[in-house]
Amino acid sequence: MNRPTIAWKLYIAAFYVFLFAPLLIVAIFAFNASPFPSPPWRGFTLEWFFGTGAVFGKPGVLADPIWLDSIGNSFKVAVPVAVLAVLLGTVNAWVLERAEFRGKTFLAMMMLWPLVIPGVVLGISILAFFSRLANGLEEWLQTDLDFLRPGLTLVILGQLSFILTISTLIIAARLRKFDRSLEEAAFDLGASRTRVLRTVTLPFLSPALIGAGLVALLMSFENFNTTLMLVGSDAPLPITMYGQMREGATPAINAVSLLLMLGVGGIASVFALTSKAER
Amino acid sequence: MMTKQASRLTFFLLVAPAILWLGLLIVLPHVEILVLSFSERVAPRVYAFGFGNYLEFFTEPLYWRTFARTAFMSILVTALTLVLAFPIALYIARVAQGRVKAMLLLLCLLPFWVSELVRTLGWMMLLRETGVISYVLRAVGLADQPVELLYNDGAVILGLVYGGLLFMIVPLANALESLDQSVVEAGFDLGGSRWTVLRRIVIPHAMPGIVAGSIIVFMLTVGNFATPVLLGGKNGLWFTEQIYAQFITRFNWPQGAAFGMLLLLLSSAIVWLGLRLTGQSLGTTLKQA
Repeated sequence: MNRPTIAWKLYIAAFYVFLFAPLLIVAIFAFNASPFPSPPWRGFTLEWFFGTGAVFGKPGVLADPIWLDSIGNSFKVAVPVAVLAVLLGTVNAWVLERAEFRGKTFLAMMMLWPLVIPGVVLGISILAFFSRLANGLEEWLQTDLDFLRPGLTLVILGQLSFILTISTLIIAARLRKFDRSLEEAAFDLGASRTRVLRTVTLPFLSPALIGAGLVALLMSFENFNTTLMLVGSDAPLPITMYGQMREGATPAINAVSLLLMLGVGGIASVFALTSKAER
Repeated sequence: MMTKQASRLTFFLLVAPAILWLGLLIVLPHVEILVLSFSERVAPRVYAFGFGNYLEFFTEPLYWRTFARTAFMSILVTALTLVLAFPIALYIARVAQGRVKAMLLLLCLLPFWVSELVRTLGWMMLLRETGVISYVLRAVGLADQPVELLYNDGAVILGLVYGGLLFMIVPLANALESLDQSVVEAGFDLGGSRWTVLRRIVIPHAMPGIVAGSIIVFMLTVGNFATPVLLGGKNGLWFTEQIYAQFITRFNWPQGAAFGMLLLLLSSAIVWLGLRLTGQSLGTTLKQA
């Protein structure tokens, strides 16, 4: 088995070509001087990044309010999701690893559950539940509660519902490796509880906290299924891309995709570095 | 006494986020769509308990056919992904060494950190009538007219398999990694052919990885929305699209809720069956991934 046949090697090579072909095509055609994202090649241009629409009638990504707004919306969702995922994930990890109580196994099982629910179903269930909640509360309080209606707040909650599972698992895995005698030593040396947390426990956890935050950021940025069901008038990036792909887009969508690839690649390499430090 | 009460209070404060999360974002919303799925409209704005939404599913051929098609295609996609991914995982786990190994795995991971929409855009640009493959075929003279490769089942399957590969390769490679080389050599020494060793030693050893990968790929495929809709067009016919149509386009929430419950049932049933048939647990399966 250690002497691969030629056919096997060729298959591996073909596989990697297959893997990267679609991404390369997307990247290359971001620079095509043509109003359509398709061949033939009409020359190199940066118009689809910086253009104001003078050349092709349609603006490039960085001059188009539609794209800029959706990138902004994506950040408005991803940053709170990442921050909450790390904060609440740490508390959850603590409960899973440190507390002893009846029903802990059940709680641990429940925390895994969101991973086996299809994203679309998560989306509609949260949409339906929060609409009922909004109807009830609005009648009672006699005010409009728009944040419970489809919109960015609901998108944040919807994404958090399953991203929390991931961040909890990442942080709990790190906490499990923690040697508790280090904390005890600090207590014996007279440190207060908060001081131990700040100087011993959190520094040990920090690679996992950063990792969980980055994973949450990526997952939020990419999420489509759950977001689609909860989105209001402000569309995050994947929703706008979906709309443009259905209607037929300009190569600006390739430019956005390339920017996304570069951003994701950057975050991924930070993540790879921190997880290497963890080992 | 004070300290005991204080520690109880701390405990409740620490458990509170988990309870709020699971209660408000998972359990109650699912109770809500379960209740909603059993409500029928008897008059404008008046709803009553009934099985009408589920009956509608079984009597309207478009609905149950789309459901059956989604289930069948997802199983097909899972099987194809497994067959395509196995040689790659085997190579990464048992042939490649050191830096090559790390690089091959990293190269596998890279495309999947990029949004599903970007990957689908790539396939659309390759496959459509005005796309790259059609253009190349005409340029080299293999076709004299534009070739439409998009908007058929083949394109949908291709896109879904592509999207599932990573989630198959990683658990497979993890499972194959732990196989002891001496066991494989013993198999060869005892006169086993490559094929016998693969079938009798390697595949049984990789079983936990095969199960984990298959379950994950199946769940992702069944619940996918963008790939079948964009690559299949009108012929995509995926069940998630029916849920979307009922909820967002037709604003028939009870019907959409019933569809949601059915999709959840399908996905859970297959996961449960897969775990049951192979004697694995959900926790260890998710850890494999």
